[in-house]
Amino acid sequence: MTNFGTVDGTAGRIMIRLENLRKEYPKEPKPAVDDLTLEIPEGEIVILVGPSGCGKTTTMKMINRIIEPTSGRIVVDDKDVTHEDPDQLRRRIGYVIQQIGLFPHQTIAENIATVPKLLGWDAKRIDARIDELLETVSMSPATYRNRYPKQLSGGQRQRVGVARALSGDPAVMLMDEPFGAIDPITRDRLQNEFLRLQAEVRKTIVFVTHDIDEAIKMGDRIAILEEGSRIAQYDTPEQILTAPASDFVADFIGAGASLKRLNLSRVRDIQLTEWPTVARNADGAAVLDALRASDKGCALVLDEQRRPCRWVSAADVQRGDGRAIDEIGLPPDAVVEPQATLNDALNELITANYSVAIVVDAAGVYQGIVDIDHINEAIRGMRTAARAKARAGLVEDRDEDLLTKGTTT
Amino acid sequence: MTTSTEQSLGAEATAPEMGMAPIRREHRTVASYLLMPVFLALVCLGLYLYVQSKELDTIEQRALNASRLGTAGWEHVQLTIVSTIFVILIAIPLGVFLTRPFTRRFRGVLLTVANIGQALPTIGVLALFAVAFVFIGFKAAIVGLVAYTVLPVLRNTMVGLQQVDENVLEAGRGMGISKMGVLTRIELPLAVPIILAGVRTALVINVGTAALATYINAGGLGDIIVAGLSTNRLTVQITGAVLTAVLALLVDYLAGIAEDVLRPKGL
Repeated sequence: MTNFGTVDGTAGRIMIRLENLRKEYPKEPKPAVDDLTLEIPEGEIVILVGPSGCGKTTTMKMINRIIEPTSGRIVVDDKDVTHEDPDQLRRRIGYVIQQIGLFPHQTIAENIATVPKLLGWDAKRIDARIDELLETVSMSPATYRNRYPKQLSGGQRQRVGVARALSGDPAVMLMDEPFGAIDPITRDRLQNEFLRLQAEVRKTIVFVTHDIDEAIKMGDRIAILEEGSRIAQYDTPEQILTAPASDFVADFIGAGASLKRLNLSRVRDIQLTEWPTVARNADGAAVLDALRASDKGCALVLDEQRRPCRWVSAADVQRGDGRAIDEIGLPPDAVVEPQATLNDALNELITANYSVAIVVDAAGVYQGIVDIDHINEAIRGMRTAARAKARAGLVEDRDEDLLTKGTTT
Repeated sequence: MTTSTEQSLGAEATAPEMGMAPIRREHRTVASYLLMPVFLALVCLGLYLYVQSKELDTIEQRALNASRLGTAGWEHVQLTIVSTIFVILIAIPLGVFLTRPFTRRFRGVLLTVANIGQALPTIGVLALFAVAFVFIGFKAAIVGLVAYTVLPVLRNTMVGLQQVDENVLEAGRGMGISKMGVLTRIELPLAVPIILAGVRTALVINVGTAALATYINAGGLGDIIVAGLSTNRLTVQITGAVLTAVLALLVDYLAGIAEDVLRPKGL
């Protein structure tokens, strides 16, 4: 039976290639991983997702040979590592597990220094690397370096876990449900942070989860696995949501595929609306002028650094009796950053006073506005593109079938 | 929830103390550290005054002089320390060996042997050596003591190693630390508190049991007690017994300090 997941030519160089990988356990009739072939392109997050017991974790753990494959080949960075010294291999592969597994008797700094020490870096370089990584995961080195894991909250421990996995600057990272044991709010924040981090570091990441929503949010590419680590579909989240390859995949995605698609696009991907703005030191007349020049019912007041500080409508100005414009109107709610998903933005704007979400950059500077029409438009666009792509894929498959038939007869 | 991650991060950074659990360590005050030595000194002083107040006959005078008591006490300390060192040297490596995956098959057998060692009364072992093998003196006493106290240290070593969080070990292996490195840098340090508790138990058992070594001519404070018993001198018996008890409490106290000092930080 064929069991393969290859990527089309648009993807980059292949970083990890699993060839006919098989894992059998004694006394178990069915193999945990059944003849799996999978290509993982460089710099992408590939999610292995599937029901419990489908062999996704086993598959991931064979990449750094925590679990030794029964047969097959593992190629990492164009090098066959199936029989390489596993310790040497693992030092080049970052590893994050759900329970994190920080060393409780070592400080945060010592924990992060683990792999650099094994790689024989000098003390100065290791020191600099610890500070750099703690900054990267938004933890102040001065505060946290000498703490022990027990003194951190769950979310902070998970960040240290990620920092530790990045310490040796590996090209490849393996993550086994890294955000699984964290409360939903912190998880969401860590996911966003991780995506932002990944945009900088561009590692090749194999990420295991059983949560399809997490897979859609985090993945550049998703492999949906059935029992025996058989690939039900290996494709981008857009394609999987739009054109599930089988009933299994459709069932696994579950209801609400359209809403889930909102998790795929980010605010930065869509055209932002122009909105009337006025400076904080302007007066009420300026607000009315700005409103008259547009078709909107209210203006956004920006401070000296162009950060949103107030919503002011014409009625507010009339009622304000000449008070400064940053003292009237309503506070700016529903603020999102460009890397927020459309789902986040939609969620914010539904509850917002003027049914729009304000987009600001990392420094809080106003960028534009998202409203419901834009989100609608984005969904329509995605659906059309994905349909076209799925149709093109079907045509290709049919051509291949014809070719193989031609050669066998 | 706001989707502005920067904002929420900032909020957390300004409140770094939130969600931080202080490390729970039994920080004993200096006063509590001094309590036991003061108590033991008072007991010794009381014993001295008690003996001074008695009119001693020649037998008692011979038994209760400083050099005799000093020699017996020193022999007792030697018996305790040497036997405990041997116990550590045997039981800890054995415990490490028996917790490796490849020793699963003979784990049971070796544990049974260690169990038998503790089931045998030391006095019986000593008598057996003396009668059957004419094996007496210091070395014989050490063998008897070691056989008796290997088990608590062995058991604690194994429990200590087995209770180390499996995920911590997997993280260590997953980062490319060698098997030996995982053992010496992760497993053993994390097992130290439990191993030390076993060693402390062994020490205290050895102090008590070393009093029996007198029966095979290995000295120790048992000499004083037996001398008092055989000559029917109560003062001598009390002196030997009290000194043995004081030594046992002192050893336990010192072992307790060692546990506090050697326990890895962060646990």
